[in-house]
Amino acid sequence: MKHTVLGSALALALMAAVSPVAAKTLVYCSEGSPENFNPQVNTTGTSFDASRPVYSHLVQFEPGTTKVVPDLAESWDVSEDGLSYTFHLRKGVKWHSSKTYKPTREFTADDVLFSFNRMWKTDNPFHGVSGGAYDYFNDMSMPDLLASIDKVDDHTVKITLKSPEAPFIANLAMDFAVIQSDEYAQSLLKAGKPELLDQEPIGTGPFTFVNYQKDAQIRYKANPDYYAGKAKIDNLVFAITPDAAVRYAKLKAGECQIMPYPAPADLEAMLKDPALTVMQQPGLNVGYLAFNTQKKPFDDVRVRQALSMAIDKKAIVDAVYQGAGTPAKNPLPPTIWGYNDSIEDYKFDPAAAKKLLADAGYPDGFSTDLWAMPVQRPYNPNAQRVAELMQSDLAKVGVKAEIKSFEWGEYRKRAQAGEHQMAQLGWTGDNGDPDNFLYVLLSCNSAREGGQNIAKWCNKDFTDLLEKAKKISNQDERAKLYEQAQVIFHKDAPWFPIAHSVVYMPMLKGVTGYKVSPLGSHDFYGVDIAE
Amino acid sequence: MLRFLLTRIGLVIPTFFGITFLSFILIRLVPGDPIEVRVGERGIAPARLAQLRHEMGLDQPLWKQFFDYIAQVLHGDLGVSVVTQKSVLTEFLTLFPATLELSIAAILFAVILGLPFGILAALKRGSWVDHTVMGVSLSGFSMPIFWWGLLLILLFSVTLGWTPVSGRISAMYYIEPTTGFLLIDSLFFSDDSGAFGSVVRYMILPTIVLGTVPLAVIARMTRSAMLEVLGEDYIRTARAKGLSAYRVIFIHALRNALIPVVTVIGLQVGTLMGGAILTETIFSWPGIGKWLVESINRRDYPALQGGVLLIASLVILVNFLVDVLYGTLNPRIRHGR
Repeated sequence: MKHTVLGSALALALMAAVSPVAAKTLVYCSEGSPENFNPQVNTTGTSFDASRPVYSHLVQFEPGTTKVVPDLAESWDVSEDGLSYTFHLRKGVKWHSSKTYKPTREFTADDVLFSFNRMWKTDNPFHGVSGGAYDYFNDMSMPDLLASIDKVDDHTVKITLKSPEAPFIANLAMDFAVIQSDEYAQSLLKAGKPELLDQEPIGTGPFTFVNYQKDAQIRYKANPDYYAGKAKIDNLVFAITPDAAVRYAKLKAGECQIMPYPAPADLEAMLKDPALTVMQQPGLNVGYLAFNTQKKPFDDVRVRQALSMAIDKKAIVDAVYQGAGTPAKNPLPPTIWGYNDSIEDYKFDPAAAKKLLADAGYPDGFSTDLWAMPVQRPYNPNAQRVAELMQSDLAKVGVKAEIKSFEWGEYRKRAQAGEHQMAQLGWTGDNGDPDNFLYVLLSCNSAREGGQNIAKWCNKDFTDLLEKAKKISNQDERAKLYEQAQVIFHKDAPWFPIAHSVVYMPMLKGVTGYKVSPLGSHDFYGVDIAE
Repeated sequence: MLRFLLTRIGLVIPTFFGITFLSFILIRLVPGDPIEVRVGERGIAPARLAQLRHEMGLDQPLWKQFFDYIAQVLHGDLGVSVVTQKSVLTEFLTLFPATLELSIAAILFAVILGLPFGILAALKRGSWVDHTVMGVSLSGFSMPIFWWGLLLILLFSVTLGWTPVSGRISAMYYIEPTTGFLLIDSLFFSDDSGAFGSVVRYMILPTIVLGTVPLAVIARMTRSAMLEVLGEDYIRTARAKGLSAYRVIFIHALRNALIPVVTVIGLQVGTLMGGAILTETIFSWPGIGKWLVESINRRDYPALQGGVLLIASLVILVNFLVDVLYGTLNPRIRHGR
């Protein structure tokens, strides 16, 4: 017995002597298994997070912000008419290698063309691989926007649009616009295994993919050749842990150092825990109650304003979001550029609301429906509860609201068809551009039946401002137009904005350099752990 | 015996058909199809929705989809997961060893503890031992698995720090799956000396949680079977012959009492599969339970149907084996009718 103890102590000492510095491993308790490792074909935040360490894009969001900065494109020029974008690519960027693949060349324009053509051109041999549904590429209207993508030389790519669209550059920083290796793809095609492109990823990002065991873990190691310098940690492990309470237990036991999506019920204990740092930021989302402006009585702006004053927003946020939300006054979340902070929200004032209703011809109130989503959403943890609180506030000014709900898919379909009088819904931003909220959710174009504008609100002045902002590439000028648009929104009150949820990221005290992304992504380049 | 086997097999075919039909129809009764579930707030253009539905064959009438599926299954093809685009059989076989390993550990745990406690309770009938065993097993039987699992994690992993919280092995190790059974892989196919110990430590809590209900059932069944047998004439005869208490209990009584217990153990396979879904979710155990729940949430029709069919086959197979074994243990069943 004594010998074994001595023996193992010796072995340990030897091992310590052989490895010069202990490798730094960051374990992230992630919330689920990715569908695959290609953000072109998948759609969930979980899958995007799993792919992001491996890949680079032409441009990227500066960590912790929604600002678009260079990535594989060192710089880009936009033509006067806003139609063509010329990207100057970074030179000397090395592709990862794996057990089965050794790259023979560095990153070039061919890789950019391959990556976009796979999604865009139906005759690309990879177009049908892995289901072939490029949801984000289609949802961001890329097929309608793109006129051509051309290789000027090995390190220059020119993208031409059909019409000027300033938010386009932000689309290129989104996960779906990932850059994959043309050479790797062709070698897989030759080997008859094209689907491996999406399962054993090769990228140019800060971490190389090591392996993945479904529902268990994903392992990466730092890419020593990363163009911006090797990551501070050596290994990155995603320990897949779907239950929020268990993630918290693992964090406390030191089995992981950082976790996403804490359960709201655990927040209070987490914030008090001296071993933890809990970072927080309002998420890039908004939860709202839309008034159907094409139906009586909500076609009258006075009714919409009156109801905006009749509901106690703060009470709802306190009771339902429990600290994981901040009251909303604009359709845009405060982390996005162009947010108009000078807007003053409608005050909670039932007496004034009652008076305004009387002016509008409803001294005794009226009856209406009030729709509530049947499921929990990132921007609204409990729409049913919100509806109940609204219902009791509205009753005090004589408005009898009947709460209605449908199955989630049916709910969206019916709300988009405009069947409701009042309906709750919300939105999570894609590319950090104000256009992605205002134009998608409130323009005349999306007020059509089946469109995303469920207030069915069409204000010509508001939409004109947005159309104008689409054609300008200067961000400061665009911001001014969006600020004006929010003033119109406030006066016309097509929505009662409820709240922006707050994103929390608990981590152990030794973790440094983590930045909470307003876009909801989880990035680990730049993160370090204390020894 | 042949006739017995043939009747049993004859019963299996309609069961399979029924299970396939149920899993097919139940998931389709849940509103929302795989595309709608994926879409979210973003919405989808009607033309594109129609195109995707057509590609997945969801625009066909339900009866046609069902018979197409049956035909496909009869050709040995369970289809491709809508979510991962991998073959359902491959996914199942990758994940199944984890569930099987945990289930075997749980049933061993239940048998090793359940049998002696059941016997003890029967022998000391009416004493405090009997009352304790029966009381505890009643609580075990009625324990909500999710709550029980979290409770054990909080006590043993967070407060005491004795066991790891969740997962199958420490993040320090990586074991390339050879057999898929981590206990075997870490012991025979890994150079890491600490890996096996880590696997064992990670197995303790999930084994207890999954084994609790079967343990309670086995203990109770053993007790009542023993009590029944102990009252039989041949036991009195054995005692009268002057056999030792040991021989009377373990040779004459237990062997006969085991017959219903074996059936109950066989039936626990179904319980284990149900319990595995919850246990795997709590302990982030990468088995088929978690995979099935995910398939329901994402309306991954092929994965869910294929998974249910495979698990059902397994339960049917085990029950069939139990029937056969039962027939061997007790010839009266075989020759009855």
